Amino acid sequence: MFFTVLSIELSKIFSKGRSYIGFGAITILVPIVQAAMYSEGEAYFSLFTQGLQQQFSFTGTFLNGYLIAFVVLQSLLVHVPLLVTLVAGDMLAGEATGGTYRLLFTRPVSRHTVVLAKYSAALLYTIGLIAWMSLLSMGMSLLIFGSGELFIVSSSITVLQKDDILWRFGYAYLFGILSMSTVASIAFMFSALVENSIGPIAMTMAIIIVFTIISALDAGFIKDVKYLLFTNHLISWRLFFEETVPVDRILLSTWVLGGHSIASLFVSLFVITKKDILS
Amino acid sequence: MDRNSIIEIRSLCKSFGQFKAVYNLDLTVNKGDIYGFLGPNGAGKSTTIRMLMSLITPTSGSISVFGKPLTTHRNHILAGIGAIVEKPDFYLYLTAEENLRILGKLNSIDLSSKQIHRSLDQVGLLDRANSKVKTFSYGMKQRLGIAQALLHDPELIVLDEPTNGLDPVGVKEIRELILKLRTEQQKTIFLSSHILPEVELIANRMVIINKGTAVIEGSVSELLNSGMLTVNFSIDDAEKAKTVLKESQFASSVLGFSADSNVHIKLSKERIAECTSFLVDHGIGIDGISSTRSLEEYFLSITRS
Repeated sequence: MFFTVLSIELSKIFSKGRSYIGFGAITILVPIVQAAMYSEGEAYFSLFTQGLQQQFSFTGTFLNGYLIAFVVLQSLLVHVPLLVTLVAGDMLAGEATGGTYRLLFTRPVSRHTVVLAKYSAALLYTIGLIAWMSLLSMGMSLLIFGSGELFIVSSSITVLQKDDILWRFGYAYLFGILSMSTVASIAFMFSALVENSIGPIAMTMAIIIVFTIISALDAGFIKDVKYLLFTNHLISWRLFFEETVPVDRILLSTWVLGGHSIASLFVSLFVITKKDILS
Repeated sequence: MDRNSIIEIRSLCKSFGQFKAVYNLDLTVNKGDIYGFLGPNGAGKSTTIRMLMSLITPTSGSISVFGKPLTTHRNHILAGIGAIVEKPDFYLYLTAEENLRILGKLNSIDLSSKQIHRSLDQVGLLDRANSKVKTFSYGMKQRLGIAQALLHDPELIVLDEPTNGLDPVGVKEIRELILKLRTEQQKTIFLSSHILPEVELIANRMVIINKGTAVIEGSVSELLNSGMLTVNFSIDDAEKAKTVLKESQFASSVLGFSADSNVHIKLSKERIAECTSFLVDHGIGIDGISSTRSLEEYFLSITRS
C-alpha cells in the first residue's frame, strides 16, 4: 500500500503549479549565471584574482564548466531551501487547508503509511530538484565552457586537477540532497503541526535565518552547542572541495543533518497519528 | 453484540477541553437500516461521525462496526464504509475522474475509466468527468461526494448532511438514490441531518441527539405516529372551554391556552374526533383545528434553543 500512496502523492505534487516554481526558478537562474559568466567571466575572474596575480603567475584559463558549476552550487543552494519548503511545507498542511484529510484518513490505509509516503514523496521531489540543478549547472556548463582545473579561493587557495574533480561534485550533490532533505523534513514537520500552507514555509525560513544568526555568534554556551544546529552543516558540501577531504567533519555534518531529518519525521508521525481531524 | 447490528456505539464521549461535544451516546444501527441521525447544529452529529470514521479519537466509550471494535480493526472497517464527512472537499486541482481514481486506489481498487464514469453518471456528473473540481459548485461537489462514497461498493454508507447545497431536484434525486441503495442493494445507511422531514421521508429508524446525548431513539413510524400530537383548537370562548375542560377526561392533556383563543391539547390521533365532539357538545364553537406532531414540536424546540 505504501507504494500506491507514494505514487498518488507524487502525482498530486506534479499536478500542482507550485511544484514547478522550483524547477522553473532553477531553469531560469542557471542559464542567466552561465550567460553572465560567458560574457563577463574573464573580467570577473581577473578582478577577483587581482591581488593574487601580483604574487602568482596564472597561465591558461580557470573559467571552465567546473568553476561555473561550483559558482552555481554556491549561489543556488542558498535559495533552494525556499523552493524545497514550498512543496514539503504543503504536504500535510495542504490537506488540512483543503479539508482533504477527511478523504485521506477515512480510507483503509494507516496514518503511518500516509505520513511515510508523503515524506518520501517530499524527499523524491527534493532529489529531483537537486538533480535538475546538477544537470543544468554541471552538464550545461561543461558543454558551454568545457572542463579544466578548479580554482577555489576560500580561507586558502585550492587548485584541483581536472581528473580529481568529478567525484567531488558527485559527493557534493549527494550532500546537497542531504542538506535540502533536512530542510524538507523540518518543513514537513511544521506542515504536520499547523493547518495552513504558508505557516510551514515561513517557520522553516525563520528557523534557518535565526539558526544562521546564532551560528555566527561566538559567545558563551552558544559556542559549545552551535555545531548541533543544522544550519551550520547545510554548506558542508564545500568540504568535498578541500585538497584533503575532512571525512570526520563530513561525518559529523551527516549525523547532525540526518538526526534532524529523522527527528522531524518522528515528530510528524507522532503528531499526525494522535491528531484529531477537525478541519 | 447483536449479529444483525452493523454499528454499535456504547457510552461514547468526546470532550474538547471542558466542552463535552458527545456525552454517553448509545446507538445501534441494524443491517439494512436507513438510520436517521438527527439533531440541531452543534448537537454532536459530526463529532460522532468523525469518531465513527476514525478521524477523532473518543475520550471514552466504544464503537463497533461489522461486529468488530474500531480501535483494533480500523482498516478492515473503513474498507467497508463509504462516507461523506461534513463538507464535500476534494483535490481542487484535479479533475473529478482523477479524484475518484485516487480515492479508488486508496481503497485498493484500480478503477477503469468506465467504472468511474458509471459512478459519475449515477450522480449526474458524467459530462463534467474531466473538469477540475475547482470549477464545481457546492452542489456538484456534494454529488461527487456521494459518488466517492459509493465508489468501492461499501456495505455501510455514512452520509453527513448529504443534501446540503443541493437544489430541490437534487435533493429529490439523492433521496431516491438512498432509497434505491437500500431496496436494490441492501446497503445500510447512516444518515445525519438537521432536517426532520428529510429523515422522516427516507429513514426507518432514527435517533435525535442534543448536546451530545441521545434523547429519543426508535423506529421512525413509532416515533412519528405514537399518538404524540399537539392539537390546536381555535375556539370562540376560551373562558368557557377552560372551565369545561378542567372537569373533563381531557384535563390532564391540556397543554395550555394562547392569547388568540387557541387551546393546545396533547391527543392521540384517534381521540381528536372525540375531543372535538366534547367541545361542541358543551357549546364551544370551533373555528379550526390543526395539529403538529409532538416529535416535531420537540425537535423544533431543541433546534430553537
